[in-house]
Amino acid sequence: MKGGRAVHVAGVGLHPFGRFDGKDVTRLGQHAVREALAEAGVGRGGFGAAFCGTVYTGVAAGHKVLSGLGLSGVPIVNVEAGCASGGAALSLGAAAIASGQHDRVLVFGMEKMPRGIIRSSFFPPWCEEAGLSPAPAYFALRARRLMLESGVTREHLARVSVKNHANGVDNPFAMFRKPFTTEQVLASQVVCDPLTLYMLCSPNEGAAAVVLSCEPGPVGPPVRVLASVLRSHRPGSVLGEHTPMSGLPGAEPPTPTETAAREAWEQAGIDPRDLDLAEVQDTDSGREILSVEELGLCERGGGGRFVEDGVGERTGRLPVNPSGGLLSKGEPLGASALGQVVELAWQLRGSAGPRQVEGARLALGHTVGRGANASVVVLGR
Amino acid sequence: MSQVPIHPGLFTLPGDPRGPRLLAARCPSCAGLHFPAGETCPYCGTDGCREEAIGAEGRLWLWTAVRTAPPGYRGPVPYGFGVVDLPEGLRIVSRLASAEVERLREGQAVDLVIEPLFTNDAGDEVLSFAYAPREAR
Repeated sequence: MKGGRAVHVAGVGLHPFGRFDGKDVTRLGQHAVREALAEAGVGRGGFGAAFCGTVYTGVAAGHKVLSGLGLSGVPIVNVEAGCASGGAALSLGAAAIASGQHDRVLVFGMEKMPRGIIRSSFFPPWCEEAGLSPAPAYFALRARRLMLESGVTREHLARVSVKNHANGVDNPFAMFRKPFTTEQVLASQVVCDPLTLYMLCSPNEGAAAVVLSCEPGPVGPPVRVLASVLRSHRPGSVLGEHTPMSGLPGAEPPTPTETAAREAWEQAGIDPRDLDLAEVQDTDSGREILSVEELGLCERGGGGRFVEDGVGERTGRLPVNPSGGLLSKGEPLGASALGQVVELAWQLRGSAGPRQVEGARLALGHTVGRGANASVVVLGR
Repeated sequence: MSQVPIHPGLFTLPGDPRGPRLLAARCPSCAGLHFPAGETCPYCGTDGCREEAIGAEGRLWLWTAVRTAPPGYRGPVPYGFGVVDLPEGLRIVSRLASAEVERLREGQAVDLVIEPLFTNDAGDEVLSFAYAPREAR
């Protein structure tokens, strides 16, 4: 990364995303950690620190994973940053390598989400009683805004879901591997207008891990972390993931995704137009379009056109969520950002199988959520 | 049966001579309004924000309807949910008194209503706030 040592992805591991009754979150995490360490050829004493992203797991989540594997003793830092928790953990790990503090670190994330609409300790009880807390309703308001200001139609929202579910068919780590037609997406149950059931991702379970190192790992062509940036919201906007109850009309401070992206391009020394693929937050179809706009992958207000022109299709100029995204993988909060990093590492190594974006050299990962927190990661080879 | 607010300090109570109003606060430094009212300005961090009763009417910006009761919610479904711009200079997230999304539109005039939302375990009517589309009333 700019101004420091190179940061290599030396090993990756992924537990499939889905529902795994009878398997606790610690075991999910251990699965991913074992894989990543094995691939990197690293064991006890082989990494100087560990950073664990998780939201719902409770006290000493990462410690329990590493204790069970006989890997404790190093500093273990548990990180919560909502949907960007894994990205937050990665930014700490990458900084530790770039600065020379450690030569190798372990970064992992895991989650076992409660079922149904996610209940969060974020809101005071009266807000929940008054009906002011439902996440899908906030998603719907953002989608409505895209319809008013970005030329986005219900068909565009459906098309994002169709694309991601089609991509997910080829992803053995995804929870939903069934394609849908636009008509099926539009005809599925209305959750919060304009969003229907198939336009929303499902909270679920999973884990992901990466070993970061100052040197390339033993597997595949070297993949480097060129940028790993975390940002929070600035006050004023009512539509941010910090979900305030009020804001200022016309106040449009840069969103955390926008500020993280600008810093990431700077850190990586790249032009975002040179990206070969992007995995972006798609908690719902509208969020993917908004993410594309905020990241500057199209102009502000150009989201409808971006979908219309098929830019983000797997065969398009910039494939977006070729893994199937959260819409097909499901969203285990602490694991989702690192799940993207694992997928992107496979893409850059050329080992993504039927999902492979040919010749991928520069890849983007993006998550945004409660806090508000946004994480932008750039990987390259 | 008595009436109690869902949370103290959010809005005026029935019989208040000011009529239905939200209790926001204005910053003595940047003049920004925020709701619910707090001592410290969320925009610039200045202390000493002063309460202002506002928001009798506004204009709808964004809207949706919630069809399944979210965790902890104690009122009826479906219910409307949206963002309203108040002329005093505040943009607010609120329940809407109408869930008929096809009849709602950007810029529509809405009026503040403070109404019973549910009956609590003590048998009191719990008051909350919502914005009602003017045409629909």
